[in-house]
Amino acid sequence: MAVEVKLPALLRGHADGASSVSADGATIGEVFADLTARHPGLAANLVGDDGNLHKFVNVYRNDDDIRYLEALDTKVADGDVISILPAVAGG
Amino acid sequence: MECDPRRLTALIPSRTDPTDVPFVPPTLRLSLEQFRGIVAHCYDGLPNEACGVLAGPVEGAGEPTGDVTTIFPCTNTDASARTYTVDSRDLLRAMRDAESRGEELIGVWHSHTHTDAYPSDTDVRQAMEPNWIYAIVSLKQAEPILRAYRIRDGQTTEVDIDVADLA
Repeated sequence: MAVEVKLPALLRGHADGASSVSADGATIGEVFADLTARHPGLAANLVGDDGNLHKFVNVYRNDDDIRYLEALDTKVADGDVISILPAVAGG
Repeated sequence: MECDPRRLTALIPSRTDPTDVPFVPPTLRLSLEQFRGIVAHCYDGLPNEACGVLAGPVEGAGEPTGDVTTIFPCTNTDASARTYTVDSRDLLRAMRDAESRGEELIGVWHSHTHTDAYPSDTDVRQAMEPNWIYAIVSLKQAEPILRAYRIRDGQTTEVDIDVADLA
């Protein structure tokens, strides 16, 4: 499955400055694996040491937050848009 | 919130320390209506902190020009008087709207209900986007105070604010 992955500004430096990249996979986890194989710098920003989605990013499959789907096991279809958003927070 | 524009100048103090800046940030430029919208959303959020994001044009390297075209009041999913997290769905919506106009999100604002308009340790630690402008509205005093910052690698630099039509 080929999907478009939209990157927040803070991650673009790890993807040659691109705001959007295409990647393959049947699940979000596979898409991320494909993405990080080509852009290793992204790896530490997407998935934490525990293998789960990093707490400082939010990932949407089209209009849906994957935390409320099947997280990294969420399936993707051709043409889906995966949006990676920074967690915007403070005190 | 209705403010007499002549009274607002005092609410946006000039930068505290214009010297010794590690990088040169843009000036945050707001219309009077945007400024009022930002402050009003902060009052609406009381007793909790309120937050929202700013959209505007960026230059080649992703550096904002400092112009703000749209303000997006967002939900603080923390519903807290001490912390904020911008609802990610609001963020996605704002990001798509900005991109549809060839713009980007260029910053975020939030309120400090009982402290000064200066980034807290939490604000500095959680500032993710080096090119963003982080604006803070303090509601500590009777009059709101707006200040804005760049936060990079744990370093905070104050950003000038220019509100149009503010004499």
